[in-house]
Amino acid sequence: MTSVSDLMETMEYGPSAEDSSAARDWLARRGAFGHFIGGTFAEPGTLFDTRDPATGHVLAQVTRGTADDVAAAVAAARQAQPGWAALSGTKRAQYLYALARHVQKRERFLSVLETLDNGKPIRESRDIDVPLVARHFYHHAGWAELRDSAFPGHAPLGVCGQIIPWNFPLLMLAWKIAPALAAGNTVVLKPAEYTPLTALAFAEICQEIGLPSGVVNVVTGDGDTGAALVMADVDKIAFTGSTEVGRAIAGQLAGTGKRLTLELGGKSPFVVMPDADLDAAVEGVVDSIWFNGGQVCCAGSRILVAEAVADRFEALLSARMARLRVGSPLDKSTDVGAIVDPIQKDRILSICKAATDAGAELVGGAAGDGCFIAPGYLRNIGPANPGFEQEIFGPIATLSTFRTADEAVELANNTRYGLAASVWSESAAVATDIAAKVKAGVVWINCANLFDGAAPFGGYRESGFGREGGRAGMLDYLSEIPAEAITEPVPATPVATTTGSGRPVGLDRTAKLYIGGAQKRPDGGASYAVPGGLAPLGNRKDIRNAVEAAAKAGKWAAMGGPARAQVLYYIAENLSARADEFAARTSPAEVDAAIARAFHYAAWADKFDGANVQARPGHLLNVVHEPFGVMGIACPNAQPLAGFMSLVMPAIAMGNRVVAIAAQDDPLAVTDLYQVFDTSDLPGGVVNIVTGPRDDLAKVLAAHDEVAAMWMVGGDLAGAKKAAGGNLKPVWAPDHRDWCGPQAQGEVFLRHATQTKTIWLPYGALPEGTGSAAY
Amino acid sequence: MTLNPGTDLRSDALSEIRINTPAVERRAATLPARRSLKRDHQAAWLLNAVRCIDLTTLAGDDTPDRVARLCAKARQPIAPELLEAMGVSGLTTGAVCVYPTMIAPAKRALGNSGIPVASVATGFPAGLMPLNLRLAEVLYAVEHGADEIDIVITRAHVLRGEWTALYDELRAMREACGSAKMKAILATGDLKSLENVARASHVAMQAGADWIKTSTGKEAVNATLPVSLVMCRAIRDYRDQTGHVVGFKPAGGLRTAKDALNWQVLMAEELGRDWLRPELFRIGASSLLGDIERQISHYVTGRYAAAHRQAIA
Repeated sequence: MTSVSDLMETMEYGPSAEDSSAARDWLARRGAFGHFIGGTFAEPGTLFDTRDPATGHVLAQVTRGTADDVAAAVAAARQAQPGWAALSGTKRAQYLYALARHVQKRERFLSVLETLDNGKPIRESRDIDVPLVARHFYHHAGWAELRDSAFPGHAPLGVCGQIIPWNFPLLMLAWKIAPALAAGNTVVLKPAEYTPLTALAFAEICQEIGLPSGVVNVVTGDGDTGAALVMADVDKIAFTGSTEVGRAIAGQLAGTGKRLTLELGGKSPFVVMPDADLDAAVEGVVDSIWFNGGQVCCAGSRILVAEAVADRFEALLSARMARLRVGSPLDKSTDVGAIVDPIQKDRILSICKAATDAGAELVGGAAGDGCFIAPGYLRNIGPANPGFEQEIFGPIATLSTFRTADEAVELANNTRYGLAASVWSESAAVATDIAAKVKAGVVWINCANLFDGAAPFGGYRESGFGREGGRAGMLDYLSEIPAEAITEPVPATPVATTTGSGRPVGLDRTAKLYIGGAQKRPDGGASYAVPGGLAPLGNRKDIRNAVEAAAKAGKWAAMGGPARAQVLYYIAENLSARADEFAARTSPAEVDAAIARAFHYAAWADKFDGANVQARPGHLLNVVHEPFGVMGIACPNAQPLAGFMSLVMPAIAMGNRVVAIAAQDDPLAVTDLYQVFDTSDLPGGVVNIVTGPRDDLAKVLAAHDEVAAMWMVGGDLAGAKKAAGGNLKPVWAPDHRDWCGPQAQGEVFLRHATQTKTIWLPYGALPEGTGSAAY
Repeated sequence: MTLNPGTDLRSDALSEIRINTPAVERRAATLPARRSLKRDHQAAWLLNAVRCIDLTTLAGDDTPDRVARLCAKARQPIAPELLEAMGVSGLTTGAVCVYPTMIAPAKRALGNSGIPVASVATGFPAGLMPLNLRLAEVLYAVEHGADEIDIVITRAHVLRGEWTALYDELRAMREACGSAKMKAILATGDLKSLENVARASHVAMQAGADWIKTSTGKEAVNATLPVSLVMCRAIRDYRDQTGHVVGFKPAGGLRTAKDALNWQVLMAEELGRDWLRPELFRIGASSLLGDIERQISHYVTGRYAAAHRQAIA
C-alpha cells in the first residue's frame, strides 16, 4: 500500500466506491422477476439477463413479456381505471405524494441500482436522476389535487401504455407515470430491455404505499413486448426512444384512434456566441454530451462556436476534457461511466468511423475495454458529414464554427430534429433572439440539460410531439370532453368534367386555386362540377406549389400577434361587407359563423400566452406557444365556409401559414374568399386554398416534409396519419360537428395550432454569498 | 519559484472578461460532488492542506506570547504521535500570518524552522490610508524580516473602474516589498460581482502579485468556492497570456476539513497538481487546522476526537 507521505506527493484521488451491497442483497433476495400486474408480482416466465455494463456480470433475470402478459396487464389497468379516476383529486394526490416520499426514503438504494443496471456514474443517479424523480412526483401530486379546477372540461384518457428507454430508466418512468396518474389514468409501463430493475423496484414501492391494484403495471421485455403493448387495448401510447421506432409506432397506430405522444431523438445545437462566458460554455458541454456518457436525447451534441473565439474555446474544451475521469460507475469520482451495452458501444464507434472516413478529425473518444469510451469530439466537420447529422448517442460531440448570428441559427436549424438547444451569450438581446429563432422544444440559455417537473419537455420536428412536465404535459394525458359529433357527408368522387357548367348566371366566373396570394389555374388543367359551377381539380403538384408558397411567407409569424389580429379583424370587416354574396353561396348562418371566427381569433391572436413557470429560484423559465410553421388543413365536407374559417382562422392567428383543402363537394364559397383575403392585407402565401379530391390531396400534404402539422376532419384519417410518419408531424382529427355552433371555436383549436417551447434562463448579478447550499 | 514580474497594464484583457454568475455557481456547487477522497487518500490531502495553511492571528488583542503559541502550533500542527503513525515527518504549516508589530515575536518563535512569516500591511483591513503611509508600512514589515506581505487593494478603484490607479498603487507596493513575496488581497466580499473579482485579479497579477488572495477575513463574505473558481480561472488565463505563474490564497471562509478538501479539489481540477503545493496555494485560516487534526486523529485511531485533547494554536 502506498504510504500517506507518497500520496502527499502524487495527490491522486484514489478509489471511492459507493457501497452496492444493499442493492445486490435485494437482487439476491428477489431472484428472478415476474411482471407486476394487478398489484402483485406474477410468476417469472421466459427469462432474460440484465447485466451491469461496467463488468458484464449478470445482475438479475427478468421475464420477457408476451402478448398475453401485456393483455393481462392492460386488463388489470382497465379494471382499475374507473375507480382510480373516481377518487378525489386529493386522494390521488396523496398517493403521488407517498410515491415521492418513498422514492426519497430509498434514494441511495435506487441510485445504486440505477447505476448498476445502466452504467451511469453514481454521482448522476444520486444527485440528478433520483432527486428529479422525487420532484416529478411531488409536482404531479399537485396536479392531481388541482386537476378538476385547472382543467375544466377535461377527462382522463383511460389506460396508457408507456414505453421508456434505457438512458434514464427511473426518471423516464417518473415522467410517464406521474402525469398519467395525476390525470386519472392507469398505466402499463414497459421498461427498456437493458434497464428493467429500477422499474421493478418502483413496483415494490407501489405495493408499499398501498397504491390500488392495477393502477401501475410493469411488464418487462424487449422490442416485441413493446410492440405488443402498442397493439394492445390501450387508449394512449407514450413512447420515448429512437426516431425509427417512434415512426413505426406512429404508422401502427394510424387509424386506430389511440392517442400518441413521442419523445424521440435529437442532434441538439450548442451555440457559443463570441460574447459568451467560455468557461461556462465549456462546463455546459460537460453537462451536455459528457453527461450520462452522451446517452441523452437532448444532449447538446453539435457545438457551434463563433470563429472569433473558436481557438480559445477549443483550447479550454480540450483541457477540460482531459480532466474527465472515465471509470467504474460506482466510483464517486467518476465523470463518465459505462455505455449501456456492447451493441451501443459498437454503434457509437461505427458512426465515429463514418465521420472520420468522411474527413472529420476525432479528438479523444478512444474505445476502452468493455463498455467504455473516452469523451471526445469531432472537429473539421460540416453539415454533410454523417457525424454531424446522425445522433451518435455517445460521449462524442461535433465542433464546428460560424461567422455571424444568422449563420449560427441557420446551422442550428439545419437538422431534421428539434428537441433542444443551448445558447451561450452574455448579451440578453443576442441570447433571447437566438432562443426565439432556434427550432426546438427546449432552449437552455447559458445552461444545459436542466430539467424540472414544472418545465414542459418535448420536441419539434422529428424529435416527436407531446410534452412531459408542467401544464402542457398534463394536457397530453387528458382529453377535452368531445364536441357533439355528427356524421360527415361522404364526398362524391370528383370527376374532371368534359361538359360545361351549364348556363352561367350573369358574367361567367372561373374559380381558381389560391396560392401565394394569387389566383392559379390547377396544374392538371381540369375542373369538376360542384354546386354553382366548376371547381379546379387540384393535384399533388398544386399541393407542392401551395406548400412552397406557404413556406416563403414566414414573415407572418414574425409580425407578432397584435399585427395579425389587425388582419383578422380586417377579414371580418370585409367578409361582413360581402355577407349577402357569401350567404347566397352558403347560408346566413355560415356567414355569421365565418365572421365570428375571424373576430374571435383576432381577439386571441395576442392573448394565447405562454407562462412563466416556477421551477427553481434564480431561473427565469418561460413556456411560449410557437406556431408550427406550415400547416395542412383538410376541411370537412359540409358547411364549407364555416368549416374552413373555424379551422383556418385559429391556425393563422397563431402565426402559422396554411394550405387548406376546401370542402370537396361544395368549395366555391371558399375559393371566393381570395377577394376577402386580398383586400384585408393578408400577406400572400399565408392562406393557400386547393380544391379537389380531399383524401388524395390530404395524403400528399401529410407526406410533405415541409408541412409541420396536419388537421383533418373526416375522410381517410388512417391514410393521412400513415403518410405523416415521414417527418413525424402530429395529425389532429377533430370530430365533424356543427361548424356554426359554439363548439366550433375555442382554446382547444389554438392549442393544436401551437407547440410549446420551454426557455430556461438562469439569472444572477451577484453570487449568492453566504447561506447558499453550495458552500 | 520565481517572482511574478508582472506586465504593463493590459486593460484590453479586462474588457474581454465575461462571467456568467449562475454558471459559476453551478460549477462550484457540483465540483465537490464530482470528487471523493477516502481513507489514506483523504488523510494525505488533509495533511497537504496543513502544509498550505497560513496559520493566522489578526486580532486587536494579539500579544507576543499569543503569537508565540501560534508559531509553536505552526511548527507542530498535528500531534507527533499521529504523524508518526502515518509515517509523516517534518510537517509544518505554510507560514504564519500576523500584523506588522508581531513580525519580530513571530520570527523569534519560529527560529530556524524555515517557516516563513507573512505580515499584513497597507492599512489592513480597509486600506484607506494615504499611499505613502501604506508603503511605509510595507517597508516596516520588510525591515522586520517578513518573508511575505499580504497587502490590501483600494476597493474603490475597482468599484469605480479606475484600473490605472489600481495598477499604479499595486506596482508601488510590489516595489516596496523588495525580495519579499506579495499577496494581493482583493476583499472580494466588497467587490461583490464576479466580473469585478476577475478584473481585479488580472490587474493585481499584471502589477506583479505572487499570490492573489480572496479576503481579509473581515468582510461580510469571505472566501467562497464561486469566487475562488473565478480567481483560479483568472490565474490560468494570465498564465496562458504571459507565461507567468501566480498562486492563490482563499482566506476567511475555510473552517472544516471538508472545506479543505473542496478547495483542493478546485485547485486540482481547475489549475492542476502544481497548485496543491504551498508555493502556489495557501489557505488563510485559524480554526481550520483544529478540524483537520480531529479528522486525522479519527483516521489514525478509529475514534472520534475531542477538541480539548488537541494542542490549540
